[in-house]
Amino acid sequence: MNKDVRSCMKCGSCTASCPSGRVVAFRTRKLVEDRAIGEIDYDDLSLWYCTTCFNCMERCPRGIDITDEILKIREEAYRKGKVLEPHRAVLRYIYRSGHAVPINPEVREKRMALGLSELPPTTHTFEEALLEVRRIMEDEGIEYKE
Amino acid sequence: MRGLSTKSDFSLFLGCLIPNRLPEIEKSTRLVCERLGINLHDMKGASCCPAPGVMKSFDKALWLKIAGRNLDIAANMGMDIITLCNGCYGTLKDASMELKDDPELQEVVRASLSTIDRDLGKIVDVYHFVEYLYFDYGLDDLSDHITKKLDYKVAAHYGCHLLKPIKYRRTKDFDAPTFFDELIELTGSTSVDYVEKNTCCGAGGGLRSGLKDVALDIARKKVASIKDANMIVTPCPFCHMQLAQVSNIPVVYYSQLLALSMGFSEEEVGMAVGK
Repeated sequence: MNKDVRSCMKCGSCTASCPSGRVVAFRTRKLVEDRAIGEIDYDDLSLWYCTTCFNCMERCPRGIDITDEILKIREEAYRKGKVLEPHRAVLRYIYRSGHAVPINPEVREKRMALGLSELPPTTHTFEEALLEVRRIMEDEGIEYKE
Repeated sequence: MRGLSTKSDFSLFLGCLIPNRLPEIEKSTRLVCERLGINLHDMKGASCCPAPGVMKSFDKALWLKIAGRNLDIAANMGMDIITLCNGCYGTLKDASMELKDDPELQEVVRASLSTIDRDLGKIVDVYHFVEYLYFDYGLDDLSDHITKKLDYKVAAHYGCHLLKPIKYRRTKDFDAPTFFDELIELTGSTSVDYVEKNTCCGAGGGLRSGLKDVALDIARKKVASIKDANMIVTPCPFCHMQLAQVSNIPVVYYSQLLALSMGFSEEEVGMAVGK
């Protein structure tokens, strides 16, 4: 099966399967078409409407890995610095705590009330483990000093 | 086919949302697994899986390297991984499969991990908890532990990454799967049908973190189609959090429901603690 985006026959199964396409003007088929002709608009917010549900990819009669392609387009956007601030914040949280969603005082209490350890046995407990995660990110040029 | 694990010993991958936002999921899972004879071992020093929506969108190589570090922790323990979150499952399962399939990719990850004195070891297998219960532990053995028949009407929500991409999933039926409904009905509850049953919750892909209004519109559409249920049951803390924000009926994680059917109290499974 031809997985090239240029094999798209514009049937629209992808757009019809898209959960975001039902609530906002995100047209998966248009994105595939733009990709095929090499005209991606990296400033277009709709690049970030995809929930990565994989419906389009699983249903594509041409077998195009559409979700994977959208992720590649997003990687290109990231390299051009076209990133939403809340997404950059997630990277920052991971760099600083090892977690995309770090613990807070309220949940520490909740954990103890449930009889769990105050902190989970993750990078939250092991400082050297956090340094390992930071090292991997720093090797990719990502660093967020306190 | 089973991987490295001895019978019932697993590395427990907690992720972020469960230990840091919804610890009642961690608590109820530990309770039921102890009862079921599934030994969950903590992965000391594990990090974010990392979050597929953001990290995989930004830098796939970095996504694989951090996932590789988590896989290595489990490899050093000599046990396959159980995850409780569809997002962590999406990352660790897909990373494990991609790395097994692609020796060149493995080399890239091994080279990165060598800078922190890690390798990848023998790449472990990754299971979602509910997948393991259904396909490996088995409904027959599970039913032996159910002592209290519940009679809830449940709206089941599978979530996307439990089912897709199908090339890396054991069940290929992503349009009308039944295994999670069967697990729910084992507790005596009824899984009721609803129009948007197989619709995405809207949280994934960085949509909830980046463009929350759009994400919640998707969730509202889904929840509005639930007509005759007293609770939504999920296998994922991210879907859970998302649906809870727009739902008028409680959202319950599968381990909590299972624990109730094993005779644990609502307080013990944290249902009084968090919505």
